[in-house]
Amino acid sequence: MLPEILDPVTLSRAQFAFTVSIHFIFPAFSIGLASYLMVLEGLWLATGRDVYAHLFRYWLKIFAVVFGMGVVSGIVMSYQFGTNWSVFSNRAGPIIGPLMAYEVLTAFFLEAGFLGVMLFGMTKVGKGLHFFATCMVALGTLISATWIIAVNSWMQTPAGFAINDKGQFVPAGSWLPIIFTASFPYRLVHTVIAAYLTTALVVGGVGAWHLLRDRTNPGARKMFSMAMWMVAIVTPIQILAGDAHGLNTLEHQPAKVLAMEGDFEPSPNGAPLVLFGLPSNEAARVRYAWSVPHIGSLILKHDPYAPLQGLKDFPQDQWPPVAIVFWSFRIMVGLAIAMFGLGLWSLLARLRGRLFDWPWLHRAAILMGPAGFVAVIAGWVTTEVGRQPFTIYGLMRTADSHSPIAAPAVAASLIAFILVYFAVFGAGTYYLLRLMSKPPGPGEEEPARMPLRATGITPAAGVISDPMVSE
Amino acid sequence: MGSIDLTLIWAGIIGFAVMAYVVLDGFDLGIGILFPTLAVGDERDQAMNSIAPVWDGNETWLVMGGGGLLAVFPLAYAIILPATYPLIIAMLLGLIFRGVAFEFRWRHPRHRPLWDFAFSLGSLVAAFAQGVTLGAILQGIPVENGAYAGGWLNWLSPFSMLTGVAVVIGYALLGATWLIWKTEGTNQSHARRAAFWLGIGTLVALAAVSAATPFLSYDYWRRWFAMPGVLLTAQVPLLVVICAATFFWSLRARSERLPFLIALALFLLSFVGLGISVYPYAVPRAVTIWDAAAPPQSQFFLLVGTLIIIPLILAYTSWAYWVFRGKAGRTGYH
Ligand code: HDD
Ligand code: HEM
Ligand code: HEM
Repeated sequence: MLPEILDPVTLSRAQFAFTVSIHFIFPAFSIGLASYLMVLEGLWLATGRDVYAHLFRYWLKIFAVVFGMGVVSGIVMSYQFGTNWSVFSNRAGPIIGPLMAYEVLTAFFLEAGFLGVMLFGMTKVGKGLHFFATCMVALGTLISATWIIAVNSWMQTPAGFAINDKGQFVPAGSWLPIIFTASFPYRLVHTVIAAYLTTALVVGGVGAWHLLRDRTNPGARKMFSMAMWMVAIVTPIQILAGDAHGLNTLEHQPAKVLAMEGDFEPSPNGAPLVLFGLPSNEAARVRYAWSVPHIGSLILKHDPYAPLQGLKDFPQDQWPPVAIVFWSFRIMVGLAIAMFGLGLWSLLARLRGRLFDWPWLHRAAILMGPAGFVAVIAGWVTTEVGRQPFTIYGLMRTADSHSPIAAPAVAASLIAFILVYFAVFGAGTYYLLRLMSKPPGPGEEEPARMPLRATGITPAAGVISDPMVSE
Repeated sequence: MGSIDLTLIWAGIIGFAVMAYVVLDGFDLGIGILFPTLAVGDERDQAMNSIAPVWDGNETWLVMGGGGLLAVFPLAYAIILPATYPLIIAMLLGLIFRGVAFEFRWRHPRHRPLWDFAFSLGSLVAAFAQGVTLGAILQGIPVENGAYAGGWLNWLSPFSMLTGVAVVIGYALLGATWLIWKTEGTNQSHARRAAFWLGIGTLVALAAVSAATPFLSYDYWRRWFAMPGVLLTAQVPLLVVICAATFFWSLRARSERLPFLIALALFLLSFVGLGISVYPYAVPRAVTIWDAAAPPQSQFFLLVGTLIIIPLILAYTSWAYWVFRGKAGRTGYH
């Protein structure tokens, strides 16, 4: 009766994809920012230089807003497994449930417990304890990433399980093979580096914006320089990590990699690299392909003549939607190359002593400011859409995973999520941009609700300059 | 045998997590519910400041309750959430609005009324949805072949509306008594007056829900009123009466902390009452905790960590509360 697109499975997939993609934007930033804040506060304690204290406060306010949005969008995620994927939850719960519960116990409580002190406690506890709280929050974000990536990696490359008489996936023995699955180390490294790069690009973009206005601002100089070091050093590492990740995926989820490459036909004498084209599942080929012979095998096998399978070696009902995977992968890699270019340019500028007065470099850094978010989402889309048509790769189909709920209920909730997310997170983005548009400087107070009457972390910071402060 | 013990222990731990959530987020949701009655300016800012450093930790218990349920009672998780789908979504959306308001209301002076409104409406919706969910679970969920077998509006009934209202009033009481503790001056006296009326409201709601519950199904009836169980169950209403008397006395005596502690005790007693009604079901009258239980390996693996880590969490959470002790919005602390 209903058009196919409006069945509960498709709607639930759209809802999960939408909510998790928006959610992940915030962790991608807060994982990196928490570590950056830790570094800034540590440098301030070690050197006593004001510029670090000012930068710490500047980014702390931004962190508070980002973190809040991460929390509320994350709570949605943890309940959606049950609301929309109840069959999956019941069958996989005995395996993924404990891992996610450990995430709550070891990460979310840690973050939440010390966040209050980190945000509001500067005048309440000593410097050392405050720094400790900042470190705990940063550690919490990394622990959180570890567990949730373990869960996701188990769904990608399941191991260490048995199936009981109720049809549930249960641990076969030790938990170690469940946590440390074949794709877990690669995915964890690649995702955490992605978060650091995303943050570096935002910090660099904000620094560049203020340098264009006032190239003597010490805060802007410091943050731009720190961010550009990060981009220059970490992008090549990320590219190597991504390459290793791809080789590993070829071993465990070959159909996914073939979809990323657009290889429908097997290539016994070495696969070409398809640069661009329009892949189609129905036609089972890439239309208008631009390809370079042998480079595909060179990248994936490190040997131009090594044979490579094609999607046609697999039953068609096990192909992921090739076009999405193909394009999202290209977006990620294209942005990686652009980041690499930015890093090189900044090194050149440093060599020439022009890091702080090369407006075109600054404009490029501003343009690249949001690139990390796009790459991160593109990467996850590659990973997740590439896993289709399974929720647990090779074992449980997405079509068999969803809850017994009617399409109108899911359609209504999907519309509600879209409206609320755009309104709320749209407003949040506006506030973030407003905060970022103020130049960093000694006027930095704690988040506005904290009038520091007598004591601040520096005397200058004790000045209340924000009209929003009540009392 | 081993597995039976584990399942019981886990029912206790999940119960503890839900209880911790209800009283902790209860008081900060309650402040959201009371927010429209507070004066714009100092009064609202103080109320907000009194919970800003702790609300995130409070809400983490909700994630723990959900995550724990998925881990150790996956079948219950997989039945209850689809059965209450619109309620859960409403709760999540409510929590989004109130959660972001903590930061957003400070970010732009002209937008503040908007986020204050979002804060109260979000809190109200979340509290009401939680109360209705409670009622929906108590009144029974249709289950066939280990899956939810009803429509998407089965939860809607006069009883679930009643529990919804009861939870809203109860949370508001927790919020008001928290404000008595954490504020001074006019703010405190407003809170004290509100607490008086909310105390009465909570008792009426408690009585109404208690009166209705035993009639929902024969099981509940027998549990509460048959001999010799009644000797035990009768203690609960008795304790409620004692608490109520102490509560109104503490308000008159202008005690600052006692009202909050008594309100907590009232919640605890209601919770024990619910436990008596529901045990041993994970989904009342359809799925027992043993039917819903994950295999012992899963329960045991998580139990080890839980027993070690929960005390640590309680320790550093108490430390955080201690750091922010004293009155909100006065000396230095904002
Ligand atoms: C790589 C890391 C990562 C990934 C893949 C995800 N998250 Fe996340 N999540 C975080 C990293 C993170 C974080 C950095 O730890 C956050 C951001 C803000 C915060 O409070 O913690 C967070 C917040 C957060 C919260 C709120 C925690 C709180 O109350 O403090 C929940 C419940 C979830 N997430 C659940 C999920 C689920 C169910 C995901 C899978 C679909 C998911 N997250 C993907
Ligand atoms: C946080 C970053 C993530 C992003 C951006 C992301 C993205 C996506 C996308 C785009 C889909 C839709 C795929 C499709 O239907 O074609 C999806 C589905 C899904 N993902 Fe993820 N994902 C993320 C993390 C995770 C994690 C960590 C888990 C497991 C814990 C997970 C579990 C699922 C499930 C259960 C579905 C729904 C069923 C399905 O369509 O496969 N995802 N995700
Ligand atoms: C040339 C450079 C890169 C290569 C070769 C590469 C390779 C890959 C591959 C093969 C996957 C899919 C793995 C799987 O599903 O099993 C992936 C996923 C992903 N990529 Fe990249 N990547 C590159 C650059 C980047 C950059 C610059 C970012 C972000 C700043 C990024 C972020 C991600 C994320 C978040 C995922 C999803 C999580 C995961 O599965 O690891 N990648 N990448």
